[in-house]
Amino acid sequence: MSLARVLVPVKRTVDYAVKIRVKPDNTGVETKNVKMSTNPFDEIAVEEAVKLKEKGLVKEVVAVTIGPKDAAEILRKLMAVGVDRSIHIETDEDLQPLAVAKVLKKVVEKENSDLVLLGKQAIDDDSCQTGQLLGGLLNWPQASFASEVNVEGGKAIVKREIDGGLETVSVQLPAVISADLRLNTPRYAKLKDIMAARKMTIDTSSLADWGVDTTPRFDVVSVQDPPTRAGGVKVESVQELVQKLKNDGVL
Amino acid sequence: MLCSTVRQATKRSLVPNVQVRKHTGLSFELTSEQKQFQELARSFAREKIMPVAAQLDRDGQWPQELINEAHSLGLMNLHVPEDCGGIGLGVLENCVIAEELAYGCSGVMTAMLANDLAQAPVFLAGTPEQKKKYLGRCAEEPISVSYAVTEPGAGSDVSGLKTKAEKQGDKWILNGQKMWISNAGYANWFFVLARTGDANTPTGKAFTGFIVEREWAGVQVGRKEWNMGQRCADTRGVVFDNVVIPDENRLGPVGAGFKIAMGAFDHTRPPVASGAIGVAQRAHDEALAYAMQRKTMGKAIIEHQQVAALIAEMAVGIEASRLLTYKAAVTVDNGGKNTHMASMAKYMASEVAMKSTVDAVQVFGGNGFNTEYPVEKLMRDAKIFQIYEGTTQIQKLIIARDAVTQKMSKNE
Repeated sequence: MSLARVLVPVKRTVDYAVKIRVKPDNTGVETKNVKMSTNPFDEIAVEEAVKLKEKGLVKEVVAVTIGPKDAAEILRKLMAVGVDRSIHIETDEDLQPLAVAKVLKKVVEKENSDLVLLGKQAIDDDSCQTGQLLGGLLNWPQASFASEVNVEGGKAIVKREIDGGLETVSVQLPAVISADLRLNTPRYAKLKDIMAARKMTIDTSSLADWGVDTTPRFDVVSVQDPPTRAGGVKVESVQELVQKLKNDGVL
Repeated sequence: MLCSTVRQATKRSLVPNVQVRKHTGLSFELTSEQKQFQELARSFAREKIMPVAAQLDRDGQWPQELINEAHSLGLMNLHVPEDCGGIGLGVLENCVIAEELAYGCSGVMTAMLANDLAQAPVFLAGTPEQKKKYLGRCAEEPISVSYAVTEPGAGSDVSGLKTKAEKQGDKWILNGQKMWISNAGYANWFFVLARTGDANTPTGKAFTGFIVEREWAGVQVGRKEWNMGQRCADTRGVVFDNVVIPDENRLGPVGAGFKIAMGAFDHTRPPVASGAIGVAQRAHDEALAYAMQRKTMGKAIIEHQQVAALIAEMAVGIEASRLLTYKAAVTVDNGGKNTHMASMAKYMASEVAMKSTVDAVQVFGGNGFNTEYPVEKLMRDAKIFQIYEGTTQIQKLIIARDAVTQKMSKNE
């Protein structure tokens, strides 16, 4: 059985190399004039989807992003590494994982996707919820934290990274798979593909067109820097160590 | 270039009651496509070239694997036109990529970009057949090619070239010796400038260009020369001993060679300048990082004014030479004459690279002199930028000569 379409949801996040700063009013992280890129785990998901296409297991790789106008840039870059078609759902709203999952469900239904491959989490909020919520909403099986994916006979055999090591699961397709760091190493785009991608069309629509209730389910009360580390203290003996621990109320 | 400005009531600037003006003429921004090329070259340079640069320098090893990979990504042979199987990009794109590659290692950059110098005369004066054959070959495979003009007795003094090509029937017989030819050990073909006039022919009519295949009898490539820097690049002497060249490999009209050979530089000097800037930028970044963590006399050395001054001078030189180089590149891409600008860019960037790398070694102090730290290699690599592609002294002659020409063309 040949897969028809894989859908890869991707998110535009602050570039991983940027040192983030909290906004002075503690409402969030500063993103103005900050370098933005594709969420690294989503790049890994795209690479895996393209590899599946190259193995002849998938006919078409479709990427989708929900974000502001500038988010189209990441779609252009991904089309240069093998994404065949992309969908841009424009909004300036900051959507929470459940809202994203609800919109993605509609995209999956419209696209008639057989497989959703996405990054395990976004490096800005580290929620690690969207893939799992989407699986639940679609009532599809899911395999998260994938470090190896094989597709055969209508199933995906996925090696998952878990605390105890590696777990291999088999999921019936259609399914949702979320990519972990060691799944693959994304390829470089070739110059001529970068040029070709500029001419490809992106299917753009506004968030309102999808008719999804995206009201936030939780409020972000405040965003703060982690407390600065206090310096350590050297102790001369085990007795002194025990005394200190007792004094600090640890023991 | 357009010089109109459009006043738009857009956003407020930081100073109240001052409206921001959006200029639609001069722009200092690359297009988003050019930025993607830059990102590609940067990732490739930082992830693939930088980790092996020191070893390549120690061994003087030709970086064929890196060349193969760069070729497959489309980072080489940028000027080869689309109808020859290439990508047909401009000098500006080449500059952007050259700077990034050189940041990783200028030896590797030279190994990759020396192709452009050989291709430029073919690009400028080749017949459609010659272009398809010789430029097409470069686009298809990760081969290297060489520009063979310099001789042991004639570098700056191109008019002193002795290599001769004599017409015999419908063939030319080539005899002579070239020296310091980049890529020679691996070249698939050579652009060769040879004397076809006699002792009385003026320089502008005395030379003819030829495309010579490596495999032809009589082409003898010498041994690898061991140089101060850019040691993984390949430079050699080449002897042409009664090499038989079919007339179809003559490039351009008889006697037009000098102009063709020199015309190449309008396209190649800006990317060479960018290479120098890449080295300077690397020197700056290494020196800055070191100065921010090395502590002496109770503080990070960047807080000592004399160290800060060195970093500042590097930054200014880099910024200024980059803008000058971009202008030289954009001018020729837009169809303008850029010879003096290309010379200015190459002269300035190479001086900046030399000064910045020397100063970077200074910032590192004793460590800078040591091979475990990256800056001594940068200083050794920088020197050649003041010599190849026209020495600093030649660039100054070109610039002064152009000033005279400009003045004499006016009625003031």
